[in-house]
Amino acid sequence: MLHETIWGYRRENGRVGVRNHVVILPVDDLSNAAAEAVANNIKGTLAIPHPYGRLQFGADLDLHFRTLIGAGSNPNVAAVVVIGIEDGWSKKVADGIAATGKPVQHFGIELNGDHGTIMRASKAAREFLQWASEKHRVECALNELWVSTKCGESDTTSGCGANPTVGDAFDKLYGVGCTLVFGETSELTGGETIVAARCRDDQVRADFMRVFDRYQEMINRHKTTDLSESQPTKGNIAGGLTTIEEKALGNIQKIGKKCVVDGVLDKAEMPRHAGLWFMDSSSAAAEMVTLCAASGFVVHFFPTGQGNVIGNPILPVIKICANPRTVRTMSEHVDVDTSGLLQREITMSEAGDKLLDMMFRTANGRLTAAEALGHREFVMTRLYESA
Amino acid sequence: MIHCVLHDPNDSVAVVVVEGLEAGATLTGLILDEDRTIALDALQDIPIGHKIALKDMAVGDTVIKYGVDIGKVVKPIRKGEHAHVHNIKTKRW
Repeated sequence: MLHETIWGYRRENGRVGVRNHVVILPVDDLSNAAAEAVANNIKGTLAIPHPYGRLQFGADLDLHFRTLIGAGSNPNVAAVVVIGIEDGWSKKVADGIAATGKPVQHFGIELNGDHGTIMRASKAAREFLQWASEKHRVECALNELWVSTKCGESDTTSGCGANPTVGDAFDKLYGVGCTLVFGETSELTGGETIVAARCRDDQVRADFMRVFDRYQEMINRHKTTDLSESQPTKGNIAGGLTTIEEKALGNIQKIGKKCVVDGVLDKAEMPRHAGLWFMDSSSAAAEMVTLCAASGFVVHFFPTGQGNVIGNPILPVIKICANPRTVRTMSEHVDVDTSGLLQREITMSEAGDKLLDMMFRTANGRLTAAEALGHREFVMTRLYESA
Repeated sequence: MIHCVLHDPNDSVAVVVVEGLEAGATLTGLILDEDRTIALDALQDIPIGHKIALKDMAVGDTVIKYGVDIGKVVKPIRKGEHAHVHNIKTKRW
């Protein structure tokens, strides 16, 4: 199976995408209306509204730009129309995306109004859409695929079913030289020494522990309780998870048994070479998956227990579930059912292969459940208050 | 039929993987890491996904799952009872 190739879109910078979106990207909250109007005018384009982008500063502003530029640069995106309230930051985002070589145009609303902006941006969007529609899938090596993972609405079946399924698939993809990422810094609490032991060398281990300790310090600074109902969440508890340690030990099943942690990334930072990366990130589903999209990942493995429904506008999210009740009650959200693992009907390696089969089908064009259902959660991580 | 699973033979709790488990039922538990089974009786109704205690535990004891520490016992738990937030708490935060 792993000798197979994928059929993807080779972008100007050589990266391989599995979707061919023309994105209408607002720089700020004020530009969502114009961006959505353009996407409504030009059917087949995709607006990515979000609530931020004004009066941010310092590291928080850097992350805002990195997330927008990263999302636009993602190889699942063919071309981008950037719209901001003013020209300066719009141009900054457009220039960042243009470094990939893909077509980008930017528009500022001030001195034009929504009407003028929507008209000009719609013309650009129409040209990009028709241009992108002539792009064809080409055969690409499997190791050109960048695959991310993050779990959500986990329960105890995540740790013994869905997450180790991802772990088995990650071990196999790692072996062929794919680029992989996991994160959820706070959700490693109780399993951090296990992750540290899996780091490639002392430098990576020190980088990981510095990031982990910083996150713990942040939680300790702000917490008013032991975080019950936040971490683990109320849904986690309803599903049988009792403590953050139990949740974390289930979480880290996603990195399998053989993968080595090759490096540590800041939020929305792009990997520098193949291997398994740890990204410092929130454990909230949409935030983490959005950061994966901004880091250039093109397919996402999302194991769930109680049934998280998340999707992302540009990153196909494949849901894996081993809880037979969730598979029965929420089947429209589940792409890969591995509940047979808990009855010994299939082996872990067979479950991993089942996920990889769905990965190939998704990469080659099959829409995920989240895509079919229209889940497009694009949630940017904020570091602190605006100025 | 597998009624509950545990990861490591030393785990003190197992996860119920069937719906409608009632007190008095005799369960077959699968040890995932060794692919062998154990038997135990449930003393309480336990929902799917929730944990059953595999041994008697006293306040302050460490709860073991995946072969490692997942928290501390805050109310006594008997073998076969429901083990969750009412009798186990985190040691962190």
